[in-house]
Amino acid sequence: MTDPTVFPQSDVNTIPLNVKLALVFIALFVLFAIFGHLLTPHGFRETSLFARLKPPGTESYPLGTDARGRDLLARLVTGAQITLVVAIVGTVIGAVLGSLLGILAAASRGKTEAIIVAAVDVQASLPIIIVALFMLAMFDNSFVLFLLLVGLNGWEVYARLMRGATLQAKEFGYVIAVRALGASPMRIYLRHILPNILNIALVQFTVNLPLTVLLETALSFLGLGVQPPLTSLGQIMSEGRDRLMTAWWLTLLPGAIIFCLALSVSMIGDWLRDQLDPTLRNE
Amino acid sequence: MTGYIISRLFRAVVTMLLTVSMVFLFIRFSGDPAAALVPPDAPQEVIDQYAEAMGLDKPLWQQYSGYVGGLLQGNFGFSIHTGIAVEEVFLDRLPHTLQLGITALFLAIAIGIPIGAFAAVQRGSVLDRFLMGVSVLAFAMPNFLFGLILILVAALSFKTFLGGENAHVIWPALTLGLASMGSFARFTRSSVLETINAPYVRAAEARGIPFHIRLSHHVVPNAAIPMVTLIGLSLGSLVAGSVVTEQVFAWPGVGQLLVRSVATRDLAQVQFIVLVVAFTMVMANLVVDMLYLVIDPRIRVK
Repeated sequence: MTDPTVFPQSDVNTIPLNVKLALVFIALFVLFAIFGHLLTPHGFRETSLFARLKPPGTESYPLGTDARGRDLLARLVTGAQITLVVAIVGTVIGAVLGSLLGILAAASRGKTEAIIVAAVDVQASLPIIIVALFMLAMFDNSFVLFLLLVGLNGWEVYARLMRGATLQAKEFGYVIAVRALGASPMRIYLRHILPNILNIALVQFTVNLPLTVLLETALSFLGLGVQPPLTSLGQIMSEGRDRLMTAWWLTLLPGAIIFCLALSVSMIGDWLRDQLDPTLRNE
Repeated sequence: MTGYIISRLFRAVVTMLLTVSMVFLFIRFSGDPAAALVPPDAPQEVIDQYAEAMGLDKPLWQQYSGYVGGLLQGNFGFSIHTGIAVEEVFLDRLPHTLQLGITALFLAIAIGIPIGAFAAVQRGSVLDRFLMGVSVLAFAMPNFLFGLILILVAALSFKTFLGGENAHVIWPALTLGLASMGSFARFTRSSVLETINAPYVRAAEARGIPFHIRLSHHVVPNAAIPMVTLIGLSLGSLVAGSVVTEQVFAWPGVGQLLVRSVATRDLAQVQFIVLVVAFTMVMANLVVDMLYLVIDPRIRVK
């Protein structure tokens, strides 16, 4: 492969085992989130005073129940849905916002660039969880606000990366040639620069996705993220935390899913990065 | 070199000033700050009185200069629940957080860096793959899950509770440092690999310099340069992680105070902690930049 900008067409046989397993897990997780409710007759908010804190394996509650007698399986399915939606929408928000700002900074130079770079510096000096907590202290928590806050996760990294890549791409010979031919700036950026720097954003996307999952679950675990009656994997853990000693399944099962999800995405991200980085591929 | 120092200083001051301005604007426009400070059933006259005392009737720029001036003079405000100055509450808890954070950083450096260096020297071996696999696990492990597992295992097998003020710092520190440990190990490995194949190291090999001298004189000093940045950057993840870890272990530090203040909407307290975090991070970045002057002679020449 000589052209580093072409997405590598890997043979299935060259994909390492851990990446295959990660892909299988993610496929299973998505299927679980979409079709999981078929596995249980119970709704995720349905309480039963007669079936409180049942351990996994109880009849009609294969994964047990929580302190209000709600089916853990049904709650995990809903939690998986919310975690998945927040992770993907949140990561997309950060990626699009950050990339656009980065490209805009490189394209405009001057004042706009100075403002964007300063904003990146400010964001880089505040961990996103601190920003999120600050906002949640001021505004009423709503799902939309939470989604936006999670979406801010890592935007500054995209902005920094895309600005650097755009500045570099602007000086490529073919870009100068196309410009000399009289192409409009819009055409130059959309057709000639963007496709060449998109893989950088793509790799960053897979680096950011597990971090977004961990941010959402951490905030929900603190009781400051997804609020009841909705639930997420972190929120289920938060509710089960006080019963760690007597009802371990309420924390360890959602925790294990979060861990496997973050791990799978990380491994795929590492592999993608190695594939796209021509200096590593030659090793 | 002086230009480098001045530009970094300028950037730090601008970043801090922008952060303060953002915090001011958000607090000012998130609602009525006076109404937020009084009980919900307070009559309008009381709210107005508060508003006047806070200077909310003055133009915005006067409020802003008053705010910044207040911060510079050390008037950070009072907790709305206890009426105690926010910096006092903060300073009360700071030693716990420092103890936790420093221990975690120490663990991450003392375990992560040797693992990474070892894996790089043994590149391609089973051990290398195993160590890198473990460091990916450490990176993806949610710290609240790891902490809860530690607590559960200790309670079930040793009948001890790892949380609370009197528990040993090592367990929350291990939980907090785990992710940094993983990223230190991975980063050290790639940094060492990069320098171990560098032309000047191969030249040293050609001159017959033994392996351990090459490592200590040529590889380590050069591989250490990017590590300084990484350790500086890890401060942010330690601050972020301590919020969750302190909650899991009931560790009475600043992170726990922050979560509690957010839950009870103690804006003055939250605002103070946010500003302190920003200040600490800006300072850390500045220190990293200055350290570069010492360890990377190329910058001094520019």
